[in-house]
Formats: sequence, C-alpha cells, structure tokens
Amino acid sequence: MEVNQMQRSFLEYANVLFREGFLDGQFSQLQMLADESNPDFVVEVVSLFFEDSQKLLNDLTTTLDQQNVNFKKIDAHIHQLKGSSSSIGAQRVKNACIAFRNFCDQQNVEGLSFGSSITFAFLFQLEQQIVAAGGAIPILSEFS
Amino acid sequence: MAKNGVFSRLRRFEKSEEMDDFSECFDSDEVHVLAVDDSLVDRKVIERLLKITSCKVTAVDSGRRALQFLGLDEEETSVGFDGLKVDLIITDYCMPGMTGYELLKKIKGSSTFREIPVVIMSSENVLTRIDRCLEEGAEDFIVKPVKLSDVKRLKSYMFGEGPIQRRDNKRKLQEEPSDISLTPSPPSSSPSSDQYMSPSQSPPSVSSPCSPRSFLSAPCSPISLDSPSRRFKTSNHD
Repeated sequence: MEVNQMQRSFLEYANVLFREGFLDGQFSQLQMLADESNPDFVVEVVSLFFEDSQKLLNDLTTTLDQQNVNFKKIDAHIHQLKGSSSSIGAQRVKNACIAFRNFCDQQNVEGLSFGSSITFAFLFQLEQQIVAAGGAIPILSEFS
Repeated sequence: MAKNGVFSRLRRFEKSEEMDDFSECFDSDEVHVLAVDDSLVDRKVIERLLKITSCKVTAVDSGRRALQFLGLDEEETSVGFDGLKVDLIITDYCMPGMTGYELLKKIKGSSTFREIPVVIMSSENVLTRIDRCLEEGAEDFIVKPVKLSDVKRLKSYMFGEGPIQRRDNKRKLQEEPSDISLTPSPPSSSPSSDQYMSPSQSPPSVSSPCSPRSFLSAPCSPISLDSPSRRFKTSNHD
C-alpha cells in the first residue's frame, strides 16, 4: 500500500475509533500537530504511549504481587497512566484508569488486579485497532 | 516584557543527553520555553505544541533538572549550564521529587529568575491548587490535556500585542458561556494596563471579589476547566 493510501485509510478508520469511544477529541488535537516538517508526529507519540503504558502496567502488576502492597506507588502508576492516556486521547484507557483508581483508596488488591487487566485489555485493543486501520503505527509489531 | 536580558548566550553541552531537545542556534526573536514534565508522552506533546506555535523549546523531566538548566541548582552551581535566555517556564504540577508548585516557589524566590513567567499544568482542576499557584505568582494554570488553543492563547497574550491582546481575551471570557463559579464577574472598568505590563511587580492583593489578575489575563484557564461549549468546539476540529 502506498503511504498516502495508508494514511487515508487510517484517517477513515479513525472515525470509527472516535465513534466507538476508543479515542476522544484530544486525539484530534494531536492530528492537528502533524505537518510537513513532522509528518509522523502522531505515530511517534502513540508509539511512545504504548511503550510507556505497557511498562507502567507491568510495574503496577509487579507492585501488586508484593507481600505488602505499596498502594501509594500503585496510585502513582495509575495517575501516570491516566495522564498519558488523556494526553493522547485514549479515552477507554483513561476511563478505565479513573474507574479502578478507586480500588486504590479502598486498598482492594483484587479490584486493582482486575482493573489493571481491563486496562491492559483496552490498551491492547487500541493497539490492534490502530494497526488494523492500515499499519499507521509500524512500531507496534515490536511488542505486540 | 518577554525578553530577559540577564542571561548569557554561552552554553555547555555536557548534559545535553539529559535534555529532550536542545536547539543549536537561538533566534533572539523567538520565544524560548522551558517545559518541565516527568511524563515522556506529555513532554513530547507539549514540545510539539510549543514548536508549532514557533517557540524554541527545552524540555526537561524534573524540577531539579529545570533548576540545573537555569543555573539555580544549589548543589551543582559549578557544573550547571550558564542560563540561557528563558522567556517562559511551563511545568506540570504533579511530579515526583520536586512538584511544579515547589519549582514555582523556587523560581519566584530567586531575584534573578522571578521575572520569568511560570505556567502550571495539571490534570486535576482543584480550586485550592489553582489558587495556591496563582497566589505564589504563577502566570496561568492550564488543565490537562493541553490543547493547541491553550498554547496559542498563552503565547499571544504573553508575547503578543500586550494590553490590547489581553483586553480582547477578556472580552472573549465574558462572552463565553460557563457554568463554573470561577468565572470572575466582569469588573466595571478594565484594570489598568500597568497590571499586565509588569507582572514582575509585587502581586496585587487578592482580597477583591474579582479574581487575581492572572485570571483576568488568562481567559483560557477558567474556560478550560469544564466549559461545555469549549469542549464541544474542540471536538469539532478535524
């Protein structure tokens, strides 16, 4: 596929992602920031986000598996993930973070485990959707 | 008010690998922004937002690095950079180690650097937090996620036409529907232009019912908090 065709199909598919609630208005903001001098901006940021998020979720899982769970640390991880998903418009991931952060206050380990699994699933789902949209995020193949 | 002529142009690159971005040559006409955020993703976004509005950007990942860059780090004054001309500091509030608020205090507590405007970014729009930052001398408070319009407005009222630009922004604030209690009731007469021209002067007392000067000069922050009309506008962008 030509690059232009790929970009077009991604843009068309992005509408689906918006409609289905995977992405929100902030993603449109990112799309506005790509230009001739920086054509791959969206790809770069989104790739960075996936890398960063997976690491965060892995760290979170490790922290949860400890004997004495450090809830403050977990809260910090979720806060970070909420922040970066919000910054790129990954709406489902962000909402999942907001929801399961409550389990932190309750010191509910099972809830946190469950929440992080769901968030991981949403993250993976988003990755897959974007790849399916036409390979606009080539770097995903490295860690899918 | 943008240009702060205190700093030399000499620069050392020993620590450049710790900086996310470091432009080779500085155009004296371009606004140089020091962006501080511990999140890699957010740094990339804010950097791009600033660059696309024609600012030079240096992005660092902590308050400590920011102070080092400015040459304000007490522990390593001999190893630090010579301060480059910084026109604006934009910092995240929640950061491990030194928070954006602590960084703000350090900058405003420095005779050399307190004239540099500092803008705080935060994902949580907590009134007490906003008030605290503004009272400490923050120029503005932006609720994350940061949008292009936030940065454009910031740049235009800080480095644009000055009082004229700000009066226009203030009118916009009054026209925008908003259901938040933060919106200041419009004063019967516009504040003197002196307030806008020299933010480095001692902050005005905040006892008046009108919100601190920063709100009047920063129409974007109250609106961004939760004005439904603004959110709607944003989602209409292609």
